[in-house]
Amino acid sequence: MPYLSLTEEEKKAMLGQVGVRSFDDLIMDIPASLRDPKINLPSSLSEPEVQDLISKLGRRNTTTRDALSFLGAGSYEHFIPAAVFEIIGRQEFLTAYTPYQSEASQGTLQAIYEYQSLMTELTGLDVSNASHYDGATSLAEAALVTLRHTDRPKLLVARSVHPHYRETIRTYLAGTPYKVEEFGFDEKGNFDREEFFAKLNADVAGVIFQTPNFFGNIEDLEGVSEKIRANGSLMILTANPLSLGLLKSPGEWGADIAAGEGQPLGLPMEFGGPYLGYFVTSKALMRRIPGRLAGLTQDADGKRAFCLTLQAREQHIRRERAGSNICSNQALCALAACVYMTLLGKNGIREIAEINWDRATYLRQNIAKLKNFEVDSTQSIFNEFRVKSNKPFAKIEEKLMAQGIFPGVALERFYPELKDQFLVCVTETKSRENLDWFVEALAKC
Amino acid sequence: MLISQDDRLSFEKSKPGRRAVSLPRERFSGEDSLKSIPKSLLRQTPIGFPELSELDIVRHFINLSRKNFSVDTHFYPLGSCTMKYNPKVNEWAARQEKFTALHPLQAEATAQGMFQILWELEESLKEISGMDRFTLQPAAGAHGELTGMMLVRAYHASRGGPTRTKVLVPDSSHGTNPASAALFGYHVVEIKSNSHGCVDLEDLKRHLDEHVACLMLTNPNTLGLFEKNILEITKLVHQYGGLLYYDGANLNPLLGIARPGDMGFDIIHINLHKTFSTPHGGGGPGAGPVGVKKHLMPFLPGPLVEKTKKGFEWASPSPRSIGRVKLFHGNVGIMIRAYAYLKTLGKEGLRKVSEAAILNANYMKENLKDTFKVATEGPCMHEFVLSLKSFAAQGVHAGDVGKRLLDFGFHAPTVHFPLVVPEALMIEPTETESRETMDLFIEAMKEIAHEIVTDPEKVKSAPHTLLVRRPDDVLAARKPILSYRDQIREKVLLAEAVV
Repeated sequence: MPYLSLTEEEKKAMLGQVGVRSFDDLIMDIPASLRDPKINLPSSLSEPEVQDLISKLGRRNTTTRDALSFLGAGSYEHFIPAAVFEIIGRQEFLTAYTPYQSEASQGTLQAIYEYQSLMTELTGLDVSNASHYDGATSLAEAALVTLRHTDRPKLLVARSVHPHYRETIRTYLAGTPYKVEEFGFDEKGNFDREEFFAKLNADVAGVIFQTPNFFGNIEDLEGVSEKIRANGSLMILTANPLSLGLLKSPGEWGADIAAGEGQPLGLPMEFGGPYLGYFVTSKALMRRIPGRLAGLTQDADGKRAFCLTLQAREQHIRRERAGSNICSNQALCALAACVYMTLLGKNGIREIAEINWDRATYLRQNIAKLKNFEVDSTQSIFNEFRVKSNKPFAKIEEKLMAQGIFPGVALERFYPELKDQFLVCVTETKSRENLDWFVEALAKC
Repeated sequence: MLISQDDRLSFEKSKPGRRAVSLPRERFSGEDSLKSIPKSLLRQTPIGFPELSELDIVRHFINLSRKNFSVDTHFYPLGSCTMKYNPKVNEWAARQEKFTALHPLQAEATAQGMFQILWELEESLKEISGMDRFTLQPAAGAHGELTGMMLVRAYHASRGGPTRTKVLVPDSSHGTNPASAALFGYHVVEIKSNSHGCVDLEDLKRHLDEHVACLMLTNPNTLGLFEKNILEITKLVHQYGGLLYYDGANLNPLLGIARPGDMGFDIIHINLHKTFSTPHGGGGPGAGPVGVKKHLMPFLPGPLVEKTKKGFEWASPSPRSIGRVKLFHGNVGIMIRAYAYLKTLGKEGLRKVSEAAILNANYMKENLKDTFKVATEGPCMHEFVLSLKSFAAQGVHAGDVGKRLLDFGFHAPTVHFPLVVPEALMIEPTETESRETMDLFIEAMKEIAHEIVTDPEKVKSAPHTLLVRRPDDVLAARKPILSYRDQIREKVLLAEAVV
C-alpha cells in the first residue's frame, strides 16, 4: 500500500506502547458477528497499472475534442486559460480544508472574497456566497429562501427554465407544505406573459426565470420585476454568467436573487461535474443566504484580515434551526471561476460574450439557408438556439454522429411536444471551418 | 515591500488597459451585437473586473496559496474530517482530457469508459458498505443527508401507516444531521449519550414510538467510539418501523473491518472526500454518494448506471423515485479520483488503511492521556477527544490551543466539538501520517500544556508567527464587508495593510 507510512516494526512497537497484544484488541467494541466481512473487490494495482487502466478507459470515450460538438443545454465547452489549471492545481489550495482556522487560511479566504466581489460585479447584486453545489441546487435553495422570507406557500417557475433545475426544485419541495406552479412559453420559446401575470397572485413567494432560457432565447423581462415587487413576491433570475458580459444583468432586471450555474466560468464539462452553483442576493436577503461567506475584518493587531462570517446562519452553529444544511461546497470550482474572471478582466468578459454571440449568430444565419431545417432568425439569442428539423432528428443525429459530429441536444427528451427540434450551442471553441462543415453536413441530411 | 507580500486585492492592483487573456479577433457574422440585440436586453452598467497582466494574476494567486495551510504542507489532525493524503495519481486521472472534455448529455455509446468508472465505483461502494444500490448524484455529505431524508419520507409515505414526524439524532451528532432533518419539517429529537459516550439505550427507548421516521447515526461516533450496541439499536428502531441512516463521515476505520449494511442501516452516505482520499479543495467539491438497501431502491434519484448486453447506459428512474437532486450526474471528477484510489487500494489495501488509522489514533491518545484528559475510556477507533476543562483555572479554551498549534506548524484539531464534551479537542491523525509526525505533534501538545500553566497569555493570544492574528469575527459579523463593492461603498479601504 503506497500511501501508508508505518513499517511492520513500528506497528508492533506502537501496539506495545498502546498496551495491547494485537490489533484486534483495539476493536473489541465491534460485535464479532460484524467483523471481517467478505469483500469482493479486485486486487490492488500499482501506479503504472492504474495509469494504464485510466488511459485505456479514456480511449473508450469520444470527447467533444475528438468529435465536433454542438452540445450545450446547461454544460458548455469553453476555452479555459492554462493559468486556471496551474493555479487551482496549487496543492496549498487543492489540499486545504475549509477555512475555519482563518490564520491558516488567509489565501483561501481572500480568494473567496475576491470571487464574491467578482460575482457581485457580474450580476449587479449585493452579496454573493462562497459557492453552492451547482445551478440546480442553488436555484432550489433560492426557492426556499423566497418561501421562508415571504411566508407564502407557492413558487412560480417558467417552463423555459432548464428541466433539470425544475426537477431538482420539485424534488426539494416535495413533501413540504410548499407548492410549485409552472407557466408556459409561446411559439418562439419565450415565457408566456399572459399566463405568468394570471398566475401571479397573493400566494406567490418567488418567481424563477432563466435568461438566456433553456432554448437559448434572451427573455424580455421588461416590467416583470415591478409586477413581482408590487405583488409582494421575490424574483429569482438564473443566467449563464458568461452572457452577462453582453446582456442585462440580474441586478439590472431588478431580480432579488441571482442563482445558477457557474460552469461556463472556467470549469471543464467533466461529464457533469464538479460545477459551481452561484448565489447572489440583494442586501435585504443577506442573512438568509445559504452557505459560507467570507468577510473583511481586521486582526488583533489592526491588520487587514479575512474570515468566514455571519456563521450564525449555518448548520454547525444553528443545527436544526439552520436555513440550509450545506457544509462542503464547491470551493475549488469557485477559485477556478475567480481566476478565470480575473484573467478575462474588464474587457475580456465582454469580448468572450461577443464572440459566443457572433459565432452562434453566424451558424444560425447559415442553417437558416437550409431547406430541411428551420430557425427563428428574429429571436434574440446568446450562444444557443433552437433548430427544427423536417426529418426525424434521431436519423439526422445518427448520420452526423457517424461523421464525428454531435449535432446538439434533442428537445423532445425534455419537452415531448417539441418533436424533431434540437438545441445547438456554439462557443468560442468553434472555428469558421467547423461551422461551415457542420452546415454542409446538415445540408446533406 | 516584497512583491510576495503584496496583500492587496486583485481589484486594488488593477490598472486600466492591462489584460491577460488573448482572444480571437475575427468576427464571422458580419452583425454588430449592439445593434442586432435590442438595447433593452443589453447590459448598461460596466463590469468592474480588475485589469491585470497574466504574470500579475499568477503571482497574485500563487502568493495567496502560500498563505494557506494544506495537507501537502502541514499535518491536519482534524477530527471527523479525515484529512488524509490526496494521492497525485488520482489528480492525474481526473485531469485527463478524455474525461474532462465529456459532455454530460452526449450519447451513452460515446462515453463507455466513463460509464465503466461510475459503474465500478458503485459496485465497490456496495461491497465496502454492504448496501444494495447507490446514487452517485449527491455533491457532498450534507447533500447526501438531504437525499437520505427525502428517501425516508418517500418510503414512509409509500407505506401509509402512522404519520412519522420525528428524526432522532444523538447529542454528539454533526450539525448537518439535525439541519438536514429539519429542512423537511421533521421534529429533531436529541438522544443523550451515556457515561461512556455512546447512545443511551434507555433514552433511545424513551423516544421510540410509531412516529419515529429515522435515527441518524455516525458510527464510530464523534467521540471516536464504535457504538457497541449497534445491533440492538438498529433492531429497536426497526421494531418501531423507523429507518436507520448512517452518516458516513467516520467510515474510515471500518474499511474491510465492518459494514454499515450488516449493522442494519437502511441508508448511508459516503464522503468520497474523506474516506476515499479526494482533496478538500479549501471547502469542496466533495461527493456524497447515497447507498440504500433493497426496500429503498425504487425511491433513489435518477439517473442510475445500468449494465446491459449492449454496454452501459442510463436507466430511467422508477416511477416512485424521489426525483433528481442535482444537475446531471453528480461530481464526476471526484468520482474518478475515488475510483483511482480504490484501484490502488484493492481488496488487500482496505483493511490496512483502517488498521493504520485506528492504530495511529490510539498511539496519539496513549501519548497524550497523561497531559490532557481523554473524554472516553478504553481504546478509540480513528479519532479521540481531549477535554481542556482541567485548564479552566487558567482561562484557556480549546480554541486557544488550536491557535497555538498553528505556531508549531500544525493545523488545529476540530475544536469545541462534539458539543457533549466541554472544551473539546477532537483529533484524527488518519492512516497516512508517519510516527515521526505524530511524535512532533505530541511534543507540541505537551509544550503547550506546559505553557498553559506557566504562560497562559501566550496561548490565549496565539498564533504569534502567522501573517495575521485572531481576525475579529465579531466585527466582521457586525458590519459585514463581503465584497470589494462593500469596501468602496463603506469607504473601508484598509489598504494600509500593504504599503
